[in-house]
Amino acid sequence: MNSVIPLTILILSAIACLAAVILWFIAQKFKVFEDPRIDEVQEILPAANCGGCGFAGCRNFAEALVKADTFDGLVCPVGGASVMEDAARILGKEAPEIEPLVAVLLCNGTPEYCPQTSVYGGVANCRIAHNLYAGVTDCSYGCLGYGDCVTECKFDAMYMDPATGLPVISDEKCVACGACVKACPRNIIELRKKAKKDRKIYVACSNCDKGGPARRACKVACIGCGKCVKVCQFDAITLENNLAYIDAAKCTFCRKCPIECPTNCILEINFPPRKQKIEAEAALNP
Amino acid sequence: MKTFPTGGVHPPENKITANAPIRPLPVTGQVVIPVSQHIGAPAAPVVNKGDIVKAGQIIAAGKGFVTSNIHSSVSGKVNKIDNVTDITGYRQTAVFIDIEGDEWVDTIDRSDTIVQEFNHTPEEIIKKCLDSGIVGLGGATFPSHVKLTVPTGKKCDILIINGVECEPYLTADHRLMLERGEEILIGITILMRALNVDKAFVGIENNKPDALAHMTRLATGFKGIAVHGLKVKYPQGAEKQLIKALIKREVPSGRLPLDVGTVVHNVGTAFAVYEAVQKNKPLIERVVTVTGKFLKSPGNFLVRTGTPVSRLIEAAGGLPEDTGKIVAGGPMMGKAVSSPEVPVVKGMSGILVLSQDEAGRKEKEPCIRCAKCVAVCPLGLEPYLLMTLTELKLFEKAEAEKITDCMECGSCSYTCPASRPLLDYIRLGKTTVLKMARERNLK
Repeated sequence: MNSVIPLTILILSAIACLAAVILWFIAQKFKVFEDPRIDEVQEILPAANCGGCGFAGCRNFAEALVKADTFDGLVCPVGGASVMEDAARILGKEAPEIEPLVAVLLCNGTPEYCPQTSVYGGVANCRIAHNLYAGVTDCSYGCLGYGDCVTECKFDAMYMDPATGLPVISDEKCVACGACVKACPRNIIELRKKAKKDRKIYVACSNCDKGGPARRACKVACIGCGKCVKVCQFDAITLENNLAYIDAAKCTFCRKCPIECPTNCILEINFPPRKQKIEAEAALNP
Repeated sequence: MKTFPTGGVHPPENKITANAPIRPLPVTGQVVIPVSQHIGAPAAPVVNKGDIVKAGQIIAAGKGFVTSNIHSSVSGKVNKIDNVTDITGYRQTAVFIDIEGDEWVDTIDRSDTIVQEFNHTPEEIIKKCLDSGIVGLGGATFPSHVKLTVPTGKKCDILIINGVECEPYLTADHRLMLERGEEILIGITILMRALNVDKAFVGIENNKPDALAHMTRLATGFKGIAVHGLKVKYPQGAEKQLIKALIKREVPSGRLPLDVGTVVHNVGTAFAVYEAVQKNKPLIERVVTVTGKFLKSPGNFLVRTGTPVSRLIEAAGGLPEDTGKIVAGGPMMGKAVSSPEVPVVKGMSGILVLSQDEAGRKEKEPCIRCAKCVAVCPLGLEPYLLMTLTELKLFEKAEAEKITDCMECGSCSYTCPASRPLLDYIRLGKTTVLKMARERNLK
């Protein structure tokens, strides 16, 4: 009777030792080598798992960084230049220069400018509405206003403005992960180069209709008149499909095109108020 | 009584225009004829601004195989070729014609005499369908010449003619069968020749006893055509359901009726084929049911394509004050039009005017797991699951659950006691999955 407990302990210990030996051999046999640098790189990534880099998550991106010969085309939009530099230091590679981007809505069709012409009683979801029909206004290109982009934003950088029915993007919070760009069925959100003091000049319209129908649908639609193209001295503006586009890389913020635009669809944001002289000039050449 | 076995619903029939004879709508003012009124490549305009056209003259020619020609429905002067808002609100190219008189192309036989004899070869018939711009008039507007061309290696032994008209409210096919029964049957004989089959089944739901009796009586004079009454059940007018109901063959997932040796055409199409082959008349007018509980004089109208919907509603007594929605098609599968000025197109079988009360949607509530949607799905899908998968963006799983089989009949949304927008999400999931599959095939 007294020998039962020691015997049990002995047998169990023997089984444990045997199992440990077998497990050790199996572990050696099926060992997967993993580059320790992957963990190191993952450590410095923002861990947002937003997918803005084009990979499924931060771990995948870290693996891609370690595997890659150069950092060409690999950018963490959330971490930006500092994170990429850190990663480059760990991996002994050269960090590319990154220009920070910010999401911009290419539509200014508030109810005031773009009047409602029909009623939609369906599901409040942009993709569903876009599949069904052109929307409650006569503009079939502009913002539908059901907020798919806001739902997708993981950084709390967007909200729907109930007054305008348009999403508002916060320049400070936006990390340019591109989730909203993908979510928008109308493709009217663009990632643009971020400038000093968050200054922006862009065509806030996506309407490709001819001037007449575009103007009838919305007061601030681009009518494709080409005045901005003519006034721009830096070849930054192109006109395609009755729609002007300002290349942020070429734009020097000379602020000439917003005055020239007859429908005020070119917005200038975060600029100081214009001087009287320019305004007087604008009044002379409407 | 024959019917299809799985699922189905029976919404209130509301066939208020069943006894209203077809009235031709006078042509005045301007017509706007879109160049894309069919599935497939849009036709390219072949007329220019200022050209004088006659009714029946080709104004836009289709390019490729799956396409269709578009003809002028009136005589007059081409005002412009410009964009027009279609029923979805998106803009598409259309030919605007100012009506002057009513002159027709000389070769068209406009008399009412019924031409029985024909000695065309199948190739000639198919050519005629292509030239005359015949498309499926049941609503899908699939070019008919494509359906009549049996690819090598496949065999067709039975032609099925769809006179079901399972959508509530609509009576266009019903009236056509009553008033143009003989022409339809000649059209069926022509279709049988084109497909080289000797048997044709006509399916008619038994809520149209007069049309059923009329067609059965007439069909005794035609060889190989049998008319069958069907139990009233929506969506019996869907191709696959009708095949199952009439000849007990099941079209496998992702395949076509031709894979089980049959082709389905609508009675309206059979009539259009008759007119094209025997009378040389292209598809420029169709019967449209204009209906709604609050319309003063709802009815069935023979309308030229391109006529604004607003003129049809005027002919039916004008728009009631508390109109909530104008639906092109039936209440189950029809689409609300974005503006009453949209033109009538080949596939428009009805205009349904709903009041504010009828048009509104109920508030969406949580799913109560009753599985009614599963019970009514005629394709045996699980609508609640497909909706959830789409909401969660699990499109690979949705594809594995055969979301692409959905024909968007709307039985699930109709029956849901929690008013869930099942079909809205399934349609979104379906388009996304189809897009994914296309991209995969490109790789």
